[in-house]
Amino acid sequence: MRVMVFVKATEDSEKGIRPTPETAEMFEAMGRFNEELRNAGVLLTADGLKPSSQAKRIAFDGPGRRVIDGPFAETRELVAGFWLWEVKDMDEAVAWVKRCPNPMPGPSEIEIRPLYEMADFQEFLTPEAAEIHDRTREKLSRT
Amino acid sequence: MTAGEPHRAIEAIFRIERARLIAGLARVVRNFDLAEELAQDALVIALSEWPRTGVPANPGAWLMTAAKRRAIDAIRRDKMRERKHEEIAREKDGAFDGARGSELWAIEAAMDDDLGDELLGLIFTACHPILSPDARAALTLRVIGGLTTDEIARAFLSSEATIAQRIVRAKKTIGKAGLTFEAPRGPERAARLPSVLEVIYLIFNEGYAATAGEDLVRPSLCLEAQRLGRMLTGLMPEDAEVFGLLALMEIQASRLKARIGPDGALLTLNEQNRARWDQLMIRRGLEALARAEALGGDGPYVLQAALAACHARARSAAETDWPRIAALYDRLRAVAPSPVVDLNRAVAYSMAFGPEAGLKLIDEIADAAALRNYAPLPAARGDFLFRAGRPAEARCEFEAAARLTRNARERAFLLARADACD
Repeated sequence: MRVMVFVKATEDSEKGIRPTPETAEMFEAMGRFNEELRNAGVLLTADGLKPSSQAKRIAFDGPGRRVIDGPFAETRELVAGFWLWEVKDMDEAVAWVKRCPNPMPGPSEIEIRPLYEMADFQEFLTPEAAEIHDRTREKLSRT
Repeated sequence: MTAGEPHRAIEAIFRIERARLIAGLARVVRNFDLAEELAQDALVIALSEWPRTGVPANPGAWLMTAAKRRAIDAIRRDKMRERKHEEIAREKDGAFDGARGSELWAIEAAMDDDLGDELLGLIFTACHPILSPDARAALTLRVIGGLTTDEIARAFLSSEATIAQRIVRAKKTIGKAGLTFEAPRGPERAARLPSVLEVIYLIFNEGYAATAGEDLVRPSLCLEAQRLGRMLTGLMPEDAEVFGLLALMEIQASRLKARIGPDGALLTLNEQNRARWDQLMIRRGLEALARAEALGGDGPYVLQAALAACHARARSAAETDWPRIAALYDRLRAVAPSPVVDLNRAVAYSMAFGPEAGLKLIDEIADAAALRNYAPLPAARGDFLFRAGRPAEARCEFEAAARLTRNARERAFLLARADACD
């Protein structure tokens, strides 16, 4: 299963990257962690996001589109970075996140969100499509 | 870290560490079963201790230490027994081989010696050419992928007993051959790499060959193979073919969702809705291919990946760079000649340089024994003839192809093309 793993923003991350020894140390530790993820075949992609001061939001209301410039106040709801992982289950994702170095100087949070997959749309399948799936399953079990 | 860790969480940590753990143990004890058993023992110890003490900072090292302690205990017990026998022998003829005593010390030293390439050694051992490709695949999925025998059986549409027996036999063969569980070096590594890549690609194709129901009834072998391929690029970052295989799998996997038509049948590249191709997988594939090419790769996997990349880069079938594909088939034919490559090369030439170019090449291979009764050969020839304005001859070829194919949908398609020749 694929999961998107979000590093939530903090007051520190909202200030942008500053070249302190702590930042350098964290980057090094994060580099090692990413290497471990890559070597285990788990890491699909990863990136860090700039502070929300450089962000824009577009608010939708019927036909209306309103652009709101950052920064945004609700810091803990913001995302500071993300990974996309391929894991066997949520337990594995949790185990990996636990061995991640703390991405922030202070307390911080990482959130794991599984992606929708074909199986999640099962209930929405049309009867025809469901029948095809059943037929294929039957064919496979007979082979 | 937190105490009160539930068993499921500990098992998830164990799954992450398992292959490396078995690899480190197998190199010392030189026995698959014993290594697996010791790893399992370590899990049991962790399950009893971690809920109380919390997960250690480095769980992998902790598990390894626990397993090695068990190993040394086991060896000591064996030695004690041996020494008793020796004492009896000494009493008999008054001789004692002093060298024996240092053996335990040597094993204990080896336990602490971390070479860092144990995992690679385990992969090369499980994929050793003395085993059949099927046995290699089952063993690799078991010890490296961590799949259960039941999961492997379901994936290969086989019975659990068959797979279990296959794994037992494979382990026995490895034991009898006295393999060291170490990664070969230098020219030997290069010589043995194809048998590793072959197994990973076999696992991938086993998953890829399945149709729509795959995700519902089989653990996804494609994902497992991609994971193995990614692991291998981490372990052998200087090998072009390793990156070539990964690139090939990532690009092919990008089409998994687009390959199945509404009636459940497989769609050709031309028929697929390219908007459904997984762009993330394509990007990863192209990156791996770039790395392979930077390493000077020109082997069969790199070339096949380059071919797959030509299709991945084309936004529509019409935008396909056929001259480049034709040139790649020229190179592939040189490093991995096969009648099927020749046939695909003829198709590429017909697309790049016109139907006559295709006809010229296909007529050179029409007598190849491997292509006799091979439906795609007359089907391609029919297509070339049709495009060259020779419909009567094309019709005969399409009809011949329709007689040869066993696939009903393909037969209907070929007969429709025959009818269109009037």
